[in-house]
Amino acid sequence: MLDEVSLLVGGKAGEGVRSTGYIIGRILNRHGLNVFIRDDYQSLIQGGHNFSQIRSSSKETWSHYEKVDLIAALDQKTIDLHEKELVSNGRVLFDSEEVKYCGSGKALSIPLLKMVEEIKGLKIMRNSALIGVVAYLYGLDLTKVNAVLTKIYREKAPKNLALAKKGYEYAEKNFDRIGEIKRIDRLPKPLLTGNQAIALGAVKAGLKVYIAYPMTPSTSILHYLAGHQDKLGLTVVQPENEIAVIIMALGASYAGARSMVASSGGGFALMQEAISMSGMTEVPLVIVECQRGGPSTGVATYTSQADLKFVVNAGHGDFPKVVVAPGDTEEAFYKTAEALNLAWKYQIPVIVLSDKHLSESYKTTSIDENNVSKEEVKMANGGGGYKRYELTEDGISPLAFPGTPEAVIKVNSYEHNPSGYAIDEPELINKMQEKRLRKYAQIAADLRSRETVKIYGEKDADNLIVSWGSAKGAVLEAMKLLKRKFKFLHVIYPKPFPVWEVEKHLDKVKNVISVECNSTGQFASLLREETGFLVNKKILKYDSRPFDPEDLANRIERVLE
Amino acid sequence: MKLELDTPAEKTWCRGCGDFGILTAVKRAIQELVDSGETRHENIVIASGIGCHNKIVDYINVNSFDVLHGRVPPIISGMKIANPNLKVIGFAGDGDAYNEGISHLVYSAKRNIDITMIIHDNEVFALTTGQATATSSLGFSTKAMPKGNIEVPLNPIHLMLTSGATFVARGFSFDIKHLTSLIKEAVKHHGFSFIDVLQPCKTYHDTTQFLRERIYYLNEKGHDTKDFRAAWERADEKERIPIGIFYKIERKTFEDQLLKGKIPAYEKEIPSINHVIEEHI
Repeated sequence: MLDEVSLLVGGKAGEGVRSTGYIIGRILNRHGLNVFIRDDYQSLIQGGHNFSQIRSSSKETWSHYEKVDLIAALDQKTIDLHEKELVSNGRVLFDSEEVKYCGSGKALSIPLLKMVEEIKGLKIMRNSALIGVVAYLYGLDLTKVNAVLTKIYREKAPKNLALAKKGYEYAEKNFDRIGEIKRIDRLPKPLLTGNQAIALGAVKAGLKVYIAYPMTPSTSILHYLAGHQDKLGLTVVQPENEIAVIIMALGASYAGARSMVASSGGGFALMQEAISMSGMTEVPLVIVECQRGGPSTGVATYTSQADLKFVVNAGHGDFPKVVVAPGDTEEAFYKTAEALNLAWKYQIPVIVLSDKHLSESYKTTSIDENNVSKEEVKMANGGGGYKRYELTEDGISPLAFPGTPEAVIKVNSYEHNPSGYAIDEPELINKMQEKRLRKYAQIAADLRSRETVKIYGEKDADNLIVSWGSAKGAVLEAMKLLKRKFKFLHVIYPKPFPVWEVEKHLDKVKNVISVECNSTGQFASLLREETGFLVNKKILKYDSRPFDPEDLANRIERVLE
Repeated sequence: MKLELDTPAEKTWCRGCGDFGILTAVKRAIQELVDSGETRHENIVIASGIGCHNKIVDYINVNSFDVLHGRVPPIISGMKIANPNLKVIGFAGDGDAYNEGISHLVYSAKRNIDITMIIHDNEVFALTTGQATATSSLGFSTKAMPKGNIEVPLNPIHLMLTSGATFVARGFSFDIKHLTSLIKEAVKHHGFSFIDVLQPCKTYHDTTQFLRERIYYLNEKGHDTKDFRAAWERADEKERIPIGIFYKIERKTFEDQLLKGKIPAYEKEIPSINHVIEEHI
């Protein structure tokens, strides 16, 4: 019995590598197993080298692993590049007509293309035969393979099912099983990416208008919501550029529809003036920022956590805003819903900070739509004398939308009086600025009743790991590998920084190790700024790839030596 | 019923500014549009960008959004997408519309979203103390270009015609009666409507005399507003300056095709996502 498996599927872009990895993940997921899939692809349409790293286990699975027990190669390059990642008794599965292998791993050669020819299929269908072989190697049920293929390929399913069977039977005749994976008896859970979870979370908090311009790795939110717009009661628009995106969304919010936008670092940079305007005009908005390797165009299809300080400080001027950085797909769902609710309760911009690793990796996810709701907001009673920016004790002025009889709703990006007319007078500027900032105290109080940090590991450990965002997955896996005991503090809200929670954990520990995917330790710096606490051991990674749990565990050991 | 359209805000435009003419025309047009049952007071939203023109939102007692420089078309487009029952009217200067926000203007025309854009075109950045804009003439000398403007001016009517606008007009800020009727026609037009309003800037570019001597009504000589070629040619006239509706056609609007009768701002129901989650198992 195998407790967990790690495998890699590789080939050229256009050969269906990512969908093959995804289908294998879906099949494992159907067996009640937990799955994590990381897709590695380049910024090109055809050629190059793509691969999917799949990790599956009966236990919670937080990350891919670089080391794999099986490489499934659709081209030669996959073997050349990844053979070093094979465990000592690992196997290499390949199409005998296109790839040669005579390395140290066990060669599993299969005539995939010949199988396709036999049923007069298309070349890309060889992936289904490969899936059949993988299913046999791990002792998976062919019926579950067929169920997944049928669901995905629909009318094209018969040929794919035939090929999966051929692959399975060929493997049965010629190869030994790697082993059977230990299964768990439970209802299957969805296998979701962070971006899908973000999209669904927003919908459950009342999202009605989604506006975006394509930019990797945020584009899949646009595709997902556009593809599901009728099922989810949404209006989806793709305008001329990111500036139009965010301004249109603010127009939609002003008119009364909950709206959201998303981009990556560069597109988010173009939105700065409007984020500041959202703060000044008190028009609510959620902005999703999916980080990629930077700076500038950076490394478009890879990951990074180097926009933290930029996002925390987004928009010119002083105004209340919230930044929430989910660490996994479940948090992506719940925290995006929370982001929409906070934006509307406090009439502020809220930024959901993700990255390629969270946004595009798949994870078996437990979400319950009944745990999310559209929270109440302070609405005006209607009628005359409405003042959009009425001075209130809590700083929150009652909302009203255009179309309300007798209410005139004047919104202004210029400093304004409670009625919304432009002003320059110093006393009134102070009053209005203080009114907006009073909301900050309300937000901080509200967040005390929500989950702003998560604690893992041993409560009384001497060594504390601090991290944020998607680095969480590798940290949790690394902790499984480490002999020493650790406590792990994962901060979900970079702004307002949950000092009230974080400070509880900083006192009694000997070592504090920060783990993040950037080159300057931005989170450690934020922690210092917010708490005065100096992190003495930093583990950074900035090659635009996420942490590998084994490598991270080694690095944690090394910094403690 | 006489609407209360005045506001307590003090008017800070220069004496003799063309903006006063536009303000008067807009208020009259709003009154007449509400009187005729075209819309209701509470369903009108106006927006402005940055420049002298933007103060207009403070001078009219209707819903308003004073947005950022160049961003008037997307802010009112977003409102229209969320609630197509709103009548949205945007004001922008020539610098606002043709410099900073030109992409938005072009795209709004292209998608034929039912918004109205009224451009206060005085051929100069006035509020920033006089610099050349997209419509400033060749050789126009400013503090920023003391040797004169070395770019040729853009023709806004041509720009809008070529961008796919379905209502393209030109007005004059001191012909209030004519401008009022243009604004009413533009707001009533089902689709993207655009009025370039020629407007003297008393302080930095006083064209009052120049314009008064040259302006005449397009339909004086007869004009077919469905004829694209004729519209293009009339917009090329330089000796005399025609005002009126150059082009007006019907085309499906963006929001009609996008929303198909839906009003996102009124939708309160939260859908179940279970059937979507099911796709991922």
